[in-house]
Amino acid sequence: MKSTRIFKIIIYPICVLLSVMSILPFWVMFMNGTRSTPEIQRQAFSMLPSVHLFDNLNILLVGKSFDPWIGFVNSLTISTFATLCAVYFSSLTAYALVAYRWKAQKAFFAFILAVMMIPAQVTTIGFYQFMWSIGMTNSFLPLIIPAVASPAIVFFMRQYLYATLSIDIVNSGRIDGAGEFHIFNAIIIPIMKPAIATQAIFVFVATWNNFFLPLVLLTDSKKYTMPIMVSLLRGDTYRTEFGTVYLALSLSVLPLFVMYFTLSRYIIAGVALGGVKE
Amino acid sequence: MRRKVDNYAKYGYIFSIPFVVAFLFFSLYPLIYTTVIGFTDLQGLGKSSFSFLSNPFENFQIVLTAPTFQSSVRNTFVIWIINFIPQILLALLLTAWFTSRRYRIRGQGAFKVMLYMPNIITAATIAILFNVLFMHPTGVVNHILQTVGILESSFNFINSMLASQLIIAFIQFWMWYGYTMLILISGVLGMSPDMFEAADIDGASGFQAFFFITLPNLRTILLFTLVTSLIGGLNMFDIPRLFNNGGPDNATTTASVFIFRQAFAGSYMYNRAAAASIVMFVIIALLSAILFYFMRDKEAIRLKKEEKLERQAAREAVK
Repeated sequence: MKSTRIFKIIIYPICVLLSVMSILPFWVMFMNGTRSTPEIQRQAFSMLPSVHLFDNLNILLVGKSFDPWIGFVNSLTISTFATLCAVYFSSLTAYALVAYRWKAQKAFFAFILAVMMIPAQVTTIGFYQFMWSIGMTNSFLPLIIPAVASPAIVFFMRQYLYATLSIDIVNSGRIDGAGEFHIFNAIIIPIMKPAIATQAIFVFVATWNNFFLPLVLLTDSKKYTMPIMVSLLRGDTYRTEFGTVYLALSLSVLPLFVMYFTLSRYIIAGVALGGVKE
Repeated sequence: MRRKVDNYAKYGYIFSIPFVVAFLFFSLYPLIYTTVIGFTDLQGLGKSSFSFLSNPFENFQIVLTAPTFQSSVRNTFVIWIINFIPQILLALLLTAWFTSRRYRIRGQGAFKVMLYMPNIITAATIAILFNVLFMHPTGVVNHILQTVGILESSFNFINSMLASQLIIAFIQFWMWYGYTMLILISGVLGMSPDMFEAADIDGASGFQAFFFITLPNLRTILLFTLVTSLIGGLNMFDIPRLFNNGGPDNATTTASVFIFRQAFAGSYMYNRAAAASIVMFVIIALLSAILFYFMRDKEAIRLKKEEKLERQAAREAVK
């Protein structure tokens, strides 16, 4: 039992230390967002909040380029529609792969596995030129519609459907005279709800956090997403207002923190599910 | 009945159409278009007409011999390796602890929530947050290090090439080890408990069970982690771009930052950026193929061969 005690003495402090390491930078960020710049310069960090939240907010909102509200609304719009496209059409594609026997079925699945790993970033130049030539830069559509083809999500949905779908349910729908598309919407989608919820969270977060493609496509400041808004904080205008910079950073991730700590149980379980790929 | 089944087959095709169309337009076409642009003279803002170069490989030659591109590829690998080695080691250690059969850690759920958390927070925000935290002379890190007595006077992390690379590698490590840990834990929990029980009966210690049972069986998942981390790492953009804009002195200019600069930050050299993108694409594809080749399950291949031989033998016996 001696080894168990040593085990305990080592493990708990290290786990606590790692947890502190995860939260500390964000804690400092949130606290400093409520402190004035002179306070921060005197004492770089404090574990407790101060009273200057609204002073910082005033500096932030008056006449500078960083607009958290516009960033929030734009990011919310793009992420919501991209998530809907990704989960709906990935479920449909997965259903096509599981429920029907067709000639190209195996080849199509192999193809999805092969393209799953292609990073979108290496195709950005062609994508940008394509969007430029059809006048779609500064539109949200090029950030939403491509989500219809999300190979990794199709793969996940296919594995889920393969394990849960019984063809009897589909057949009973057919006997009732329902069309194939109606069966998918009315019977299959409800069956897939758990998988859809898990994937929706991850697509939403990934789209929300996406920086590269929006940065390339969106040049109109009214269209900026949250990560682009954040990137403006590197500019010189904010260099001397530390409290304001911390507050702006805090506002940019506050929605994510709220979401994460509300849904953390599902998110952690979802990551684990995604891992059992082989 | 048979005809009925065949009749449904068309829905397999119909329901795949949206995916295929979106893929052709937004993935395949841009990939081909990027490759084509790599062989042309396409430069300048707002231009979309181009002609092929008389020396088709000129852009590739220029990019491959450019010291900034070479150093950007080197930086990308260096930063990825400095982040990945501690990341996988810590994730394995935590996996061994969290899946220990001798001792069940209390509060596991809470620890997992905390360790995974940085992974879902916007990388752009994290990059700028760390830039502010490491600021000279009044940043939080300098303040702490001076208070504790490690530093005598404020150190300019942002201006040091080595420090900047290390900080970016640390951010990557810090954002991803929790994810890697969760993936590995789920891999271990998916293994058959019989194996571990047999090891217990044979008197294997916790260490032996981990090294001789858990690790070999984790091989496929380790490969998955390695490949996805490599692909993500070679595309690293948000953090190096926003932590210090690739500086100081290009020390944190990764391949993606290089490509972005070529195309979208002033010079609009789309053709050079496209050539560099294709070079990165080929590097990523080659490395993934090599990894799969070396990590493929040799045991499975041996079994398959034996099976084939047996079948052959059976067939010959029938003859």
